[in-house]
Amino acid sequence: MEPPSQLFDVAFGAGAPLDGTALFLPAEFASRVQFGWTISVHILFAALSIGLAPFIVYFTWKAIRTDRDRYERLRSFWLKVFAVGFVMGTVTGIPMSFQFGTNFPQFSAVAGELIGGPLAFEAKMAFFLEAVFLGVLLFGRERVSDRTYFLSSVLTGFGAWLSGFWILVVNAWMQTPQGYEMITRNGMEVAQLTDPIAAFFTPRMTWMYVHMINASVIAVALLVAGVAAYIIWKKRDAKAWQTALKIAVLILIVAAPLQAVHGDAYGRHVEDTQPQKFAAMEGHYETGTADLHLFAIPTSTDAIMDPSEENLFAISLPRVGSFLASGGDFDAVVKGLDEYEQNPPVPLVFWSFRFMVGLGFLFIGLAFWGGYLIYRDRLSDSSLYLKLMIAASPLGYAALLTGWYVTEIGRQPWVIQDVLKTSEAVSSTLSSTEATASLVAFVVIYIGLVLAALYTLRWLIEGELRELGVEESPNDHWYGPIPELPGVGNDE
Amino acid sequence: MSKPLVIPVDQYLHPSLPDVWFGVVMFALAMYVVLDGFDFGIGMLYATREDDHDRETLLAAFGPIWDANEVWLIAFGTMTLAAFPDVYSRLLADNYLIALGFVLALLFRGVGPELREQREDEQWQRACDWSFVGGSILAPFLFGVLAGSWVFSVGAISLPAILTGVGLVAVSAATGAAFLAAKTGPALAEEMRDLGIVATLAYLGGVVVLLAVVIWTDAGGAASTILSVPGVAIVGLSVVAGVAGIVLALRDRYRAWLGFALALPVLLSLLVALLLYPEIYPATASGTALTVEMAVVSPLALNLTTILGFPVLLVVLWYFKFLYSVFSGPIESEGYGA
Ligand code: HDD
Ligand code: HEM
Ligand code: HEM
Repeated sequence: MEPPSQLFDVAFGAGAPLDGTALFLPAEFASRVQFGWTISVHILFAALSIGLAPFIVYFTWKAIRTDRDRYERLRSFWLKVFAVGFVMGTVTGIPMSFQFGTNFPQFSAVAGELIGGPLAFEAKMAFFLEAVFLGVLLFGRERVSDRTYFLSSVLTGFGAWLSGFWILVVNAWMQTPQGYEMITRNGMEVAQLTDPIAAFFTPRMTWMYVHMINASVIAVALLVAGVAAYIIWKKRDAKAWQTALKIAVLILIVAAPLQAVHGDAYGRHVEDTQPQKFAAMEGHYETGTADLHLFAIPTSTDAIMDPSEENLFAISLPRVGSFLASGGDFDAVVKGLDEYEQNPPVPLVFWSFRFMVGLGFLFIGLAFWGGYLIYRDRLSDSSLYLKLMIAASPLGYAALLTGWYVTEIGRQPWVIQDVLKTSEAVSSTLSSTEATASLVAFVVIYIGLVLAALYTLRWLIEGELRELGVEESPNDHWYGPIPELPGVGNDE
Repeated sequence: MSKPLVIPVDQYLHPSLPDVWFGVVMFALAMYVVLDGFDFGIGMLYATREDDHDRETLLAAFGPIWDANEVWLIAFGTMTLAAFPDVYSRLLADNYLIALGFVLALLFRGVGPELREQREDEQWQRACDWSFVGGSILAPFLFGVLAGSWVFSVGAISLPAILTGVGLVAVSAATGAAFLAAKTGPALAEEMRDLGIVATLAYLGGVVVLLAVVIWTDAGGAASTILSVPGVAIVGLSVVAGVAGIVLALRDRYRAWLGFALALPVLLSLLVALLLYPEIYPATASGTALTVEMAVVSPLALNLTTILGFPVLLVVLWYFKFLYSVFSGPIESEGYGA
């Protein structure tokens, strides 16, 4: 097997740091790892807000409209989760926008005219909206009318979806830039806006928005389902949580298949617009006809580092890759990675893509099985299903992160496709001491932050169980043996 | 290239639009320094409260408003990026550790109160209190250092930059005290009054020392600006507002005191704008000086952000009116009263 330093070479190109001599990491390497790490944490909370928003709106509506205790319970529980997630999203979001300047100042200078507008709209249209109305939602229940209160929940959710929109305008432009022209400003080649509509609505934009919003909904539906399943596991007749599980499964039945169908078409769009990235996703090295790998597993440890055709056991559709790429010609020639001067780290992209797609199909399976159980009216009675849903609760997030790794790492060496390389975007004045110091700080502090968020969720669940009158007993862990289901029909 | 919308492509909507945007960016900076300033003040004064009831009152005051206030920082940053991208990149790249230290301090300030209420455990709550207080002191300090390093262009580790940081801490404490005095019951208000007066005096003293140092060393060529008519006027008005605030505080007229206290950070931001203009980024190791005209984006981009952005900015100001009217009552430990 390759030594680990090889992985870094592959992933980050020459000059990778693990030569065993330097105490501090090169500034470019540290900046990229820092950005990737901080956005990975930020997006967990951002996706939580985006995905939870529809649940909050629905629960608030039902709690006001029906006076039924179960919706009030769900509203108040998930609003607490939303509040914690929102604060974490805020405090991790500000470092994101700062890093455009601290670590990638050349990127800000070159692209500022194109990305600054959308980012400023995001702050003014979305963040203010969300922050102000969340204040009302959390602290104003007794101070405003039911109508204003409900409206606050809608506006808070709308703010989350809108901020996703504007940030993805930025990212989509970086993938498929258009509506600009290169000019010289203060002695530097920069992008000048020439057509705002083209620049805001790039070809990638709608693909990305639909896929990301739906991914957030899936990830949160799995989280809600997992928490509900856990509480039902402990307390079979928790009515509110049976409702929550059912709603989450119904949402998954719609969202999970949609994601796969949409993702398939999205893939073809990527092939059209970023052929190099697509070749990396498919491990397609040599120019020629391309097969489509439906499924691949490594046959040796080499294959992990080097997922090329001869190293994989793959179920492939011969030349379907060519067919898809060309829109109907099985013999079409697809450009392989060998033709490019510099490639993204193929293994990361290749395996991330497969991980996401694999999970996508798992979610479809879970959703349909849940649908069947709802149909038989025993959703809350199948121990195996409850267990699986508990285990699956973090997996939506795993798919969401790996999908982003495909997008972002697959785009390397470019930070703006065909316009600016990542290596040219980083700060030239940044020292490796400073870069390493900040990276260490972000790693340590953000691990603490994620742990705090997870503990908070745990305490909230424990609090809920206490309120439901569940006593803690040592032998009813969800991963333990399947317990008797007292009182409820275990089988038909 | 299609001709987009009806927005002029080759010239600014008005020849002075770049200067207007300099004003807009400075306005966002002032909003941030004023609004998050009293949030920081609440965090600092929190350290002086031993009693749990008082602490909860302060947290109740802080809870519903801090996040919206903090968004002014993002508005300031992103509008700077949108209108003057080179300034954004140089300001942050030149002050790498200060800028990232500042956002991390904001992080601790923000999560402390939120996590505190999640668990009834003394040690946990003490840790969260530390996070809140420490972040509330460190954040304005580092933001002040960043601003000082920007304006005086003598680097972050310099007397003018550090004194600016200290000044921002003091003025935040003063406005925080005035805010709490105006919004809480008489017992707490009296203590806030005493602390607020100390903070105001410290701030005025700090400003005098800072200006003396700057004039003495002529850091960034600022001496002549400070000694010009508008410079002297701003400094004079600061002293008047500070003294008037103290007098009103001593007469227990807390709402009026709050008004004068809030004038202090406004005047400070005005001083920053005055010291910069017509440059927007002075010469540093990373390059030559940039004037507003050199740094501004092209006409189409600026026109677009103006036409789309200004109406939104007005709506945002309306949000704040709404938010502060919902939470206008006096503060109790359980939250805002009716
Ligand atoms: C719950 C999460 C989730 C799930 C189940 C899926 N995806 Fe996905 N995918 C994402 C979450 C995601 C994402 C949010 O992480 C990305 C990154 C950028 C984007 O727009 O969405 C993404 C990107 C993304 C891309 C574009 C990569 C790029 O921009 O370079 C493609 C081609 C797919 N996905 C394809 C699929 C397919 C065929 C799926 C089949 C089931 C699938 N996704 C399921
Ligand atoms: C508008 C949104 C985004 C922008 C503007 C953006 C921009 C950037 C920039 C400037 C870099 C550094 C250069 C590089 O190494 O590629 C980067 C890298 C990266 N980004 Fe994004 N990004 C965005 C969204 C995301 C999201 C949502 C994720 C999800 C986790 C993400 C994950 C990453 C990762 C992992 C890297 C490191 C890649 C590497 O170093 O090879 N990005 N992105
Ligand atoms: C590099 C890219 C990014 C930057 C610079 C960035 C910036 C920010 C900032 C400054 C905040 C704080 C707002 C506040 O104080 O209320 C924030 C929050 C948020 N961001 Fe990001 N962000 C990035 C990526 C993303 C992505 C990819 C998404 C999702 C598609 C996203 C969605 C959100 C949402 C929904 C919030 C609201 C806070 C929350 O609800 O958790 N962001 N972001």
